[in-house]
Amino acid sequence: MVSLLDIIGPVMVGPSSSHTAGACRLGLLARGLIGGTPQTGLLQLHGSFARTGEGHGTDKALVGGLLGFRPDDERLRDALHIAEREGLDYKFEKTTIADASHPNTVRITIELNGNKATMLGSSLGAGRILVQEIDGYPVEVTGNLHTIVLVAEDRKGSIARITGILAEHDINIATLRLSRKERGGDAFMVIECDEEPDKKAGEELRALDWVRWTRRLPKVSGG
Amino acid sequence: MYKALADAIRDAEKEKKTLAHLALDTEARDQGRPVAEIRAALQRALDVMRGAIEKGLTGDLYSASGLVGGDAAKLRKNPNGPLAQTPFRDILTRALAVQEVNAAMGVIVAAPTAGGAGILPAILTGLAKARSVPDEKVVDALATAGLIGAVVAERASLSGAEGGCQAETGAAAGMAAGAATEMLGGSPSQVGHAVALTMQGTLGLVCDPLGGLVELPCVFRNATGSAIALAGIEMALAGITFAIPVDEVIDVMGEIGREMDVRYRETAGGGLAATPTGRRLAKERLYQIKRSDG
Repeated sequence: MVSLLDIIGPVMVGPSSSHTAGACRLGLLARGLIGGTPQTGLLQLHGSFARTGEGHGTDKALVGGLLGFRPDDERLRDALHIAEREGLDYKFEKTTIADASHPNTVRITIELNGNKATMLGSSLGAGRILVQEIDGYPVEVTGNLHTIVLVAEDRKGSIARITGILAEHDINIATLRLSRKERGGDAFMVIECDEEPDKKAGEELRALDWVRWTRRLPKVSGG
Repeated sequence: MYKALADAIRDAEKEKKTLAHLALDTEARDQGRPVAEIRAALQRALDVMRGAIEKGLTGDLYSASGLVGGDAAKLRKNPNGPLAQTPFRDILTRALAVQEVNAAMGVIVAAPTAGGAGILPAILTGLAKARSVPDEKVVDALATAGLIGAVVAERASLSGAEGGCQAETGAAAGMAAGAATEMLGGSPSQVGHAVALTMQGTLGLVCDPLGGLVELPCVFRNATGSAIALAGIEMALAGITFAIPVDEVIDVMGEIGREMDVRYRETAGGGLAATPTGRRLAKERLYQIKRSDG
């Protein structure tokens, strides 16, 4: 559903909602995966991000997002210099990502104190984004809400257990999407929450022995 | 939100509301948020718009490539010209100012996109100043503009990469014309005609920025788009009607966008971007960006 505030907004640093604001949000989401400013970052740009990214400040916006700047933060302009000061060693590469479905796509590989993450995401226009892959797992994350992504063995009662843990932490689920490639195969869950899931909720989910992998992502867009 | 302006106009007339209040009530229902909260967000957008105009009028802002900048100040200072001392001139100046701020990586409100972000603030704040319209009514006008933009997003497109510049500055001009018509006392039906009279004038406009950058001609398209919007407002408030219904004008904008060759949709493969000078400037200036960053 189209919202008035999607049309009159976002408030953002120019010049392009897709190449600048969207790129910044992708950086912010990636940062959320490792819980802080990375020490190293490899940013592989595909399509229009690679072709016209520099003139649109896509490089500054992505690095600014990794530094924790939001799309309306004027420090985005100086993000590359600030990154040097804060010890973020970034590198850009122009590449062609075979399975990228959208022209504005980036693969971000970052590390903080041995904690590594890889994310593939696209900027869809008007500042909207979509993350398609995290650490090799296919996902669909928009960043409009706080999000938990989780891969678990496909077993009975798993959803009840997970939603139970979230309820104990007073977290309301806005949407929950479950998918799997085959019966008995891994189950992929994307859970969007109204409240920010705390670290402890994340740890309890990770402690379940049938949960293979889980990540918390911050809310980076939406009113 | 509404999917046809005709439906919104009919409901507004039936409920004896402005389109602004209809849009705010509908948004509150759709999103489960109180109207006061939506108004507060729109007020913040208005404050950012005014901040961008003020900043852009100083005249010392240049884009990373140096292709655009300093022109809002030129227009503001020039004592000559047939429109000197008129709200029309002031509005053109404001539109350039916002786009110069955008190109220089300053803070703006995408309305509906960053590339067309100068038109709505220029028209609304320029006319509000000329006619002493209080902020509350300008916030109403932003809601009306949002409603119009939502219908365009639903029926056609708001993306230059999908529909050409007619979908960015054209849509922005239509939104601004409809919103300002209501702000100045026009009826819901006059709002519809203002949007149609404006958007008929931007049909077919291609998206052809040099080097793919939101700079040239984007900055100037915001000024010329504002001029077309002012023509639409002036005609609609005089009671002039457009025979093709506004939703059909929006539909045909979408159709033209879909038929438009990819060269004319933000790829810098055609139009001004592909002229000999366009290609040369893009090449030189992109090189300059690399040097200034390195």
